[in-house]
Amino acid sequence: MDTFQDTILKLKRYWAERGAIIQEPYDIEVGAGTMCPETFLRVLGPKPYRVAYVQPSRRPADGRYGENPNRLYKHQQLQVILKPSPDDVIDQYLASLEAIGIDLLKHDIKFEEDNWEAPTLGAWGIGWQVMLDGLEISQFTYFQQCGGMDLDLVPAELTYGLERISAFLQGVESVYDIEWAPGVKYSEVRLADEVQSSVYNFEMADVERLWRLFSEHEAECKGLLGQYEKYPSQGRFPVLPAYEQVLKCSHVFNLLDARGAISVTERVGVIKRVRDLAVGTARLWVDQPQ
Amino acid sequence: MNFLLEIGTEEIPHWMIPGALKQLAALELFGAVLQVDATPRRLVVQASGVSERTPDEHQTVKGPPISAGDQAAAGFAKKQGATPAELEKVGNYYQLRKRVPGRAVRDLLAESLPGAIVGIQWPKTMYWTGKGGPRFIRPIRWIVALLDDQVIPFEIAGVKSGNLTRGHRRLGSSSIPVTIASYESELRKNFVILSSHERRHKIETEAVNLGAKLDPDLLETLTFITEYPTAIRGDFDPAYLELPAEVLTTVMRHHQKYFAVEGAPGRLAPNFVAVMNTGGDPGGLVKRGNERVLRARFNDARFFWEVDQRKKLADRVSDLAHVTFQAKLGSYLEKTNRVVELVKTLGGAEHAQRAALLSKCDLTTEMVKEFTDLQGIVGGLYAKAQGEPEPVWRAIYEHYKPLSMDDSIPETREGQILALTDKLDTLRECFKIGLVPTGSKDPFALRRAAQGIVRILVEAQINHTLASLVATNEIALLEFLEERAHHYFREIRGFKYDEVNAVLKKFGSTTLVDVELRLTALAAVRPTEDFEPLAASFKRIRNILRQSGLSHYPALNTALLEPGPERDLYDEYLRVRDATKSATYRAALETIASLRPRVDAFFDKVLVNALDSDIRANRLTLLQRLLVEFSTIADFSEIVTSGDQK
Repeated sequence: MDTFQDTILKLKRYWAERGAIIQEPYDIEVGAGTMCPETFLRVLGPKPYRVAYVQPSRRPADGRYGENPNRLYKHQQLQVILKPSPDDVIDQYLASLEAIGIDLLKHDIKFEEDNWEAPTLGAWGIGWQVMLDGLEISQFTYFQQCGGMDLDLVPAELTYGLERISAFLQGVESVYDIEWAPGVKYSEVRLADEVQSSVYNFEMADVERLWRLFSEHEAECKGLLGQYEKYPSQGRFPVLPAYEQVLKCSHVFNLLDARGAISVTERVGVIKRVRDLAVGTARLWVDQPQ
Repeated sequence: MNFLLEIGTEEIPHWMIPGALKQLAALELFGAVLQVDATPRRLVVQASGVSERTPDEHQTVKGPPISAGDQAAAGFAKKQGATPAELEKVGNYYQLRKRVPGRAVRDLLAESLPGAIVGIQWPKTMYWTGKGGPRFIRPIRWIVALLDDQVIPFEIAGVKSGNLTRGHRRLGSSSIPVTIASYESELRKNFVILSSHERRHKIETEAVNLGAKLDPDLLETLTFITEYPTAIRGDFDPAYLELPAEVLTTVMRHHQKYFAVEGAPGRLAPNFVAVMNTGGDPGGLVKRGNERVLRARFNDARFFWEVDQRKKLADRVSDLAHVTFQAKLGSYLEKTNRVVELVKTLGGAEHAQRAALLSKCDLTTEMVKEFTDLQGIVGGLYAKAQGEPEPVWRAIYEHYKPLSMDDSIPETREGQILALTDKLDTLRECFKIGLVPTGSKDPFALRRAAQGIVRILVEAQINHTLASLVATNEIALLEFLEERAHHYFREIRGFKYDEVNAVLKKFGSTTLVDVELRLTALAAVRPTEDFEPLAASFKRIRNILRQSGLSHYPALNTALLEPGPERDLYDEYLRVRDATKSATYRAALETIASLRPRVDAFFDKVLVNALDSDIRANRLTLLQRLLVEFSTIADFSEIVTSGDQK
């Protein structure tokens, strides 16, 4: 039986053999692997790219104090970007399942419509959720727009829900019972994080300070974006650092949301503030001489 | 000739397939009868009796004037690929009659099919070959296009048509040469049942044999997300049956696409039926996998139930300030406050007001966040568990009803009032900011809401007029509701359009309960012998009055009435007037219809436009009285009679 880390290693190996760069997780909080620059910015422009990485993804509102066997504040996604998407992309995806020990002849696989949309990123795509014996194990998306722009090359994004896949492979009922490494359970590695983060996210995060942080990160990003036009050497301009400020804003927004601190009237406005930053950064990325 | 077209794609959303097939069925195939079918990965057109060539046609081309001379004529002929000898002289001009040979249908199809395929309309399309590339519902990966044994050659998005199809993703080959004759059997060998009818039947038979409670919508969905469906039965711990059946069914049906299984009628059994897209499950792996997923889902539901009970609905009202009703329309707290007021205005008592106050609180619960289509139902179940009185929890439970035309309206009075006011508030607020349905666009389901209001008013016999539900400046909304009332009486209740016009045009300001009574009476009396002829006479009267130019009718002078048909009509008028005074609509209409012989006799024998202007005015007055007095149930002149054109 494969451990959690065995499954991750096999998937990385599989995609490395198909020309993907194996990246390490991004070191700023994100809600999904899509938000990492390796996806959000790299899908823009005409340059082909293939990358795979595990991304711990934080969704403060999904935290359950470690009490729910299937819900996590922070879950691990394996994100694959194939730009442009090869014609046999679905066959390649299915073979990756075989590679981690799922005998497709003995199981039931269905592709059910599930289009993806991220309003804060001005991004959307067309795709499916992939169902294995009734379990959603992956999200499969053909990106269409990012940062409000039509994409030159259409990338396929494959997102594997690693906890679910491992629980399935190991036949356990709770993600906390997954064997992460030989003799080491998921709960030993992550339970404290789930409990403490839930307490912080739902009960203790300081709302006023978070609002200030949001404004500060926003100001930093805006300040940068405003200097691009007149910057003497645009190829060196810090677009990536500006985007990191967008990610900070997005995470603080999610924290505020989990605290129930965003009123209805504010909500739409705040989402728009984040989107404006994301779209602005994406435009510079496309414009910037590579 | 025989024709086969298979558009091979990645998985198409099941609900879009029937619409695409309808469009493909209208394909121009040169006289052939065609048949369409589909699986999630292929749209297929088959036809027989396609002509080989289009017929030759004759075309006349006008040439230069005869006066231009032989050289011009020769030039013209050459340009047309003819000899000067073939030219004719017609009038002052040369003319050439040309035979345009027909073309091979194979060539024509090679030209037309790419456009026809890419031209299929979908609710949402994508591009996949790069910016500016063709758009379709999902990437096209292969195309089979055959006319008898020949490929119809064309290309879409870099995919060339050929004679190679593909089987089931896992069980079949990915490259199968086919002929028109072998196509379906080759697919079957490769685990694809092309016929959606057969797949539907297979699912239905197997599921019923396993004890499934059939669900037509789910059956349709499963038919179009599988190429080779096989049903299996799974089990779950009977302990979960403690959760409300509504929750269990929703999890099974909407989240997992399983059929529920009933033990005793109306009672769920601890089993489910799943439909796989594969041939079998000999090792029981798929069954166990699905059972595990369902167990996790049920565990979630139980967890949500327990967590939600820690905070009562009544303590959640203020939390609604954080739940968006609509971006421009503020929160559900504001909506709740408005609905409570509306309930009071419409005479809702304490229980109805309490239900209104709690009605949206379930939007803050984990259960509804997870199972959104259970909104209302969960609120009702929680209110019950938290000791709210039965009229309160039942009203909350059923206040989203009717959810569709087939759905019933709420059963309790409190539920009816709450359902009505909730929908009314949504309509009023949306209309205020200009969110008015246009054409097929109705993202907030306002037509359904308005239809719900009409149905509740009529079917729950609530005596409020439509006008009393809206403010005087909400004219657009009133018209919208009236339009829905028209629609309801016509399309749903089956009254004829002229009957609906006859009642609603003139009596639209009465209650819909009253409108229904009038319509029922009208429809019952209409087939009787005298009714339509009388309606025709009323129309004639209205025209006469209109043409008379009289704007003021003097008092009727009985002394001026001529003995005979005129006097008889007057006497009849008095009799009918008295007889209809306190009669039911139906009896009154029957009595009015009995006027017919006297009205006919009057028009036969009496000249309305008498020379004496007093007599003329008196006769017009008599007719006007008749029209006014006997048009109080329905406006008969709206009734289309055999003499009318629609």
